[in-house]
Amino acid sequence: MAEAIVFWTLAVLILGLGIMVISARSAVHSVLFLVVNFLLVAVLYVMLNAEFVAVIQVLVYAGGIVVLYLFVVMLVSLKKAPERYADPRRVAWTGTLLAGAVLLEVVAIVVASSGGGEPAATEGALGAADTPFAECGAGPLVSCNTEQLGWVLYTSYLIPFEVASMLLLVAMIGAIVLAKRHL
Amino acid sequence: MLEITPLHYSLLSAALFMIGVIGVLVRRNVIIIFMSIELILNAVNINLIALSDQLQDLAGQVFVVFVIAVAAAEAAVGLGIIIAFYRNKETVNIDEIQIMRW
Amino acid sequence: MMDTVVVPLLKIAVLLNAVLVAVTFLVLMERKVIAWAQSRLGPMRVGPYGILQAIADPIKLILKEDITPARADKYVFTLAPIMSLVPALVVFSVVPFGPDPFYYVSDINVGLLFVISVTSIGVYGIILGGWASNSKYPLLASLRASAQLISYEIAVTMTLVSVILTTGTLSLVGIVEAQREGGLWFAFVQPVALMLVFIGGLAETNRAPFDLPEAETELTGGFHTEYSGMRFSLFFLAEYANMIVISAVVVIMFFGGWLAPFPNVPALSFLGLVPAWIWFIGKIFLFLYVFIWIRATLPRYRYDQLMGLGWKVLIPIAIGNLVVTGILKVAL
Repeated sequence: MAEAIVFWTLAVLILGLGIMVISARSAVHSVLFLVVNFLLVAVLYVMLNAEFVAVIQVLVYAGGIVVLYLFVVMLVSLKKAPERYADPRRVAWTGTLLAGAVLLEVVAIVVASSGGGEPAATEGALGAADTPFAECGAGPLVSCNTEQLGWVLYTSYLIPFEVASMLLLVAMIGAIVLAKRHL
Repeated sequence: MLEITPLHYSLLSAALFMIGVIGVLVRRNVIIIFMSIELILNAVNINLIALSDQLQDLAGQVFVVFVIAVAAAEAAVGLGIIIAFYRNKETVNIDEIQIMRW
Repeated sequence: MMDTVVVPLLKIAVLLNAVLVAVTFLVLMERKVIAWAQSRLGPMRVGPYGILQAIADPIKLILKEDITPARADKYVFTLAPIMSLVPALVVFSVVPFGPDPFYYVSDINVGLLFVISVTSIGVYGIILGGWASNSKYPLLASLRASAQLISYEIAVTMTLVSVILTTGTLSLVGIVEAQREGGLWFAFVQPVALMLVFIGGLAETNRAPFDLPEAETELTGGFHTEYSGMRFSLFFLAEYANMIVISAVVVIMFFGGWLAPFPNVPALSFLGLVPAWIWFIGKIFLFLYVFIWIRATLPRYRYDQLMGLGWKVLIPIAIGNLVVTGILKVAL
């Protein structure tokens, strides 16, 4: 019951804020709605027993990436509103229609594959042998999700992890090269 | 209605995904288009986390960590491009970004 | 019901009030300490030795006129002080004041990461406050402040990782327990990390000698130039609450939290007679004193020197410290 209340509240807020993000006039307001949206998604992750990912979501998304957006929005202080000039060949309503079609398709896939709404009770079906939710000792309030995630990340997913770090390094260098006026 | 199943999370994720797609297709401000892409990535993450909880499999959460890392890289490079473009053309309207070189 | 709802709510209420009262007295303490450093008396008129100044200041701020600039973005202008104060207060929900669950609101598995991530949300208040004022000095100051905050956050986080490496836990209670089991405060195990976190903490709270964003001579008061009355005082509260947060983190990570000095030396066991939470709060105030002392002593950095210090000195040292800690951890 409590879970249902929290879920529906969060769902309504997340979708509402998502709509605000794409419909706000001022880009700064958009960024603000985006931050709140990300924080609420983090709450959703806590509900789903993913504490570490929730904290990373707040730390990296809300505390890092969106700050970057805010910086750029403020640096790009526009003399004329960017929405004023529209390409005459642009047809915005097609976009909305296409997105609606995508939604229908996604919903159809979701409903069809979940067996008409029945929760698929597949306890440890997919690759569960590799990455189980081990039982943790009587720890603090939450499960030891962080330790397990760290273990999996540094054993089964070591090479992707290193590749991700390389990607971040390349992105950092790329961003500096792009943004610097003279090297 | 009262019992929350992974289906609910998937539908939430689909709806958020759609909002992101509408943002990408309809808005003309490049920065807002980027933000819509972040929304799309978040929608995917919600799905991954919900299914990770359902299947009791940590792989979903690992993927979310990677998605967040890639989103950070994407934001850094993408915003770098926007800054470089703005310096040359003084606009961030995607309809005016239409020539290959300047 | 009693244990899951009422007791935590009561704790939160007590904690919030305690923090806010502590902040008002911290302002008084700052004025007094700086006055003594400069051979002055400081506030003396209100109450004995000016103690009631801590109550007079908030009353003055509440009664003042609260002006919104004409061309400002009204909603964001109101939201910004709230966004900077709330994260600073939320952090206290995981700070352990003593060993039993009675002394903290919650002990979560990812406690330290929670502290880091919630404090990183505080940047928004500063950036938005400067932007919404629609005035050039606040905008410059807020860009400076946020750039400074973000770059020093990297150094501090990197350094805290090396401490986590020695404890093997992210829970703040667990970190203090690890120091009790080791019988040694981490200040002696990780002296370099202590220096880095302390310097980074000074910069993150925009305190002297890194108070560039509020450099009165250049920027007429910083990102809150256009703020007045209650909204200004919220920024003020946030700054001082952040000071308390940084002190609490330093005390928990490096000075054994609620532990008495040298917990494993039998000759000093009489120190354990003092309640744990008094040790904790005493240590926090010691650090706050050091913050104020530094402000009274050191001149301000130049902005490029400040960023250079952050990126070219602190972050490399932090990474080096992390590598050395990792090697020692594996070797020992």
